[in-house]
Amino acid sequence: MFGLNARDTSLLIVVAILALCAPFILNPFPQGSAMAQFNAGYPDLMQRFVIFGIFAIGFNILFGLTGYLSFGHAAFLGVGSYSAVWMFKLLSMNVIPAILLSVIVAGLFALLIGYVSLRRSGIYFSILTLAFAQMSFALAYSVLTPITNGETGLQLSLNDPRILGVSQTADGSIPVTNLFGLEMRGTYQMDVGPWMFQFNAGYYLSALIMLIAFYLSIRIFRSPFGMMLRAVKSNQQRMNYTGLNARPYTLAAFVISGMYAGLAGGLLASMDPLAGAERMQWTASGEVVLMTILGGAGTLIGPILGAGFIKYFENIFSKINDTVLHQWFGFLPDGLEDFVVFIVHPFIGKGWHLTLGILFMLVVIFLPGGLVQGGQKIGKWLRGNKAGEDDASKASTKPAE
Amino acid sequence: MGILEVKNVNKRFGGLQALSDVNLSIAENTVHAIIGPNGAGKSTLLNCLVGKLIPDTGSVMFDGQSVLGRAPYEINQMGISRVFQTPEIFGDLTVLENMLIPCFAKRDGSFEMNALTSVTSQKDVLAKAEHMLEEMNMADKRHMHSASMSRGDKRRLEIGMCLSQEPRLLLLDEPTAGMARADTNNTIDLLKQIKSERDITIAIIEHDMHVVFSLAERITVLAQGTPLVEDTPDKIKGHPKVREAYLGESA
Repeated sequence: MFGLNARDTSLLIVVAILALCAPFILNPFPQGSAMAQFNAGYPDLMQRFVIFGIFAIGFNILFGLTGYLSFGHAAFLGVGSYSAVWMFKLLSMNVIPAILLSVIVAGLFALLIGYVSLRRSGIYFSILTLAFAQMSFALAYSVLTPITNGETGLQLSLNDPRILGVSQTADGSIPVTNLFGLEMRGTYQMDVGPWMFQFNAGYYLSALIMLIAFYLSIRIFRSPFGMMLRAVKSNQQRMNYTGLNARPYTLAAFVISGMYAGLAGGLLASMDPLAGAERMQWTASGEVVLMTILGGAGTLIGPILGAGFIKYFENIFSKINDTVLHQWFGFLPDGLEDFVVFIVHPFIGKGWHLTLGILFMLVVIFLPGGLVQGGQKIGKWLRGNKAGEDDASKASTKPAE
Repeated sequence: MGILEVKNVNKRFGGLQALSDVNLSIAENTVHAIIGPNGAGKSTLLNCLVGKLIPDTGSVMFDGQSVLGRAPYEINQMGISRVFQTPEIFGDLTVLENMLIPCFAKRDGSFEMNALTSVTSQKDVLAKAEHMLEEMNMADKRHMHSASMSRGDKRRLEIGMCLSQEPRLLLLDEPTAGMARADTNNTIDLLKQIKSERDITIAIIEHDMHVVFSLAERITVLAQGTPLVEDTPDKIKGHPKVREAYLGESA
């Protein structure tokens, strides 16, 4: 279906179902219960899951296929966000032109940076991209203040021109982002007993775009172009002596992944119309590297898993504080309770980075192929058990023959 | 006038004169071997032919055009394919995918973006790659991870990948180095078969005299960066200078 083979089609369908049902899947615990802390099914976080999923899918086209490790992809995300906000300021609050512009501008920016950076490979390439991204961050923070609004970040205001819209609504507030009238922040709330499920227009738009982006990445992976990119990663020497110049291929991959990053940036701004320089900082570039490696670089689904995993930790673990811990461990004797809370304390709240770091180390050491490899191992183990049972039943029936 | 003409090539690495005044002419449709003791400059000469090194002086002409100053991929597009001492294949790809890469590559090396067609829908390219695998006797290994194959199989695949580009000159850098005797004999048979089936010039650098004397029609002996003598295999065997400089050591 859709020009994909059976396995890829089923993968796409599984991802589509998960994305559609995310408001249910991510909200398994009733409101008000102790475990409600772990619910992730609120619009803001779900949007982040899919948008950073797009970012990581694009990064994986560059890093997973060609092996070129870019440390500056956040620059494209930031450029995408700025472009989108400018589109909201100048043209209209419709998200379509904003997203289109952010993809185009990020693509052009990636062409420029890629053209220079791809003259080198390996660590030199990484350092060049890092330098460019930090340069963009510094410029956005200072010199380019007329465009980026510096430290404050670019925001909408009541006297923006907005040619195809209104500067301010009838009640004198800033209009909200929409898709042909459908407000991005619009949320339908469904209460089922103690459960509460939220269906947000912005989330579903992002999820739909993520599915399209995922589909395109599968097509690229399975195309002759994708095979060439894997050949670049595998052996550039042989590539050269096959009459192929690797640079146009790596540059194309770089621009494509830059456009994915721009798309993610444009979507972020569409959900919440502001853009700040910190989106371009090197920590943001490092985050997408972590997502891709954690999920499984070079695999189709890995980057999405990695993005979801990291965003979940960032938003859920960081919200657990000592009060919550005391509630959880309240059943223990007083001294013991304090001791357990003391032990767990560094790993939660502001310490979530520590938990994430330990998990990242464990994954890299024991599952170099990322979470995807973990999934495959579990799958193999389950199948191995089944096969073992089959063998056993065969063995037991054999003597009877 | 040979298909490959090397004239007065000099190459110096610091204090070492690796090549001094090398003149070499390889006639079309022959198998030409270049032999010499370690450090004679064989590999340096080869690297000068494919654009990996640029000679200090002199000229290298392939089919009337200079190869100097061109990148390796441009020289390959002129019709020169190279087989390396340690097989250079795409280790992360399967055998079939390895063969598909040169089949997908355009002859002029132009970049093609075909990012939205699937590999499996390109029937004619697949057929070409499958055909080449059959010719190399590797059709049954098509889905194998190429890095996990034996050295002999990797070599066979590499030669097949080069041939699928229909080169006019095939350069082989010690194709049997580090191989078992059986693999060596297979490689010799393969090269003989290739030569008998198509119009191709083969230049071979080799240490193993068994390989050289079973294949070569002409032999150039290099010693200390200069060609000592060039002749037919029979004459080379009996040449006193060669015996002294090279064969004598092993005899």
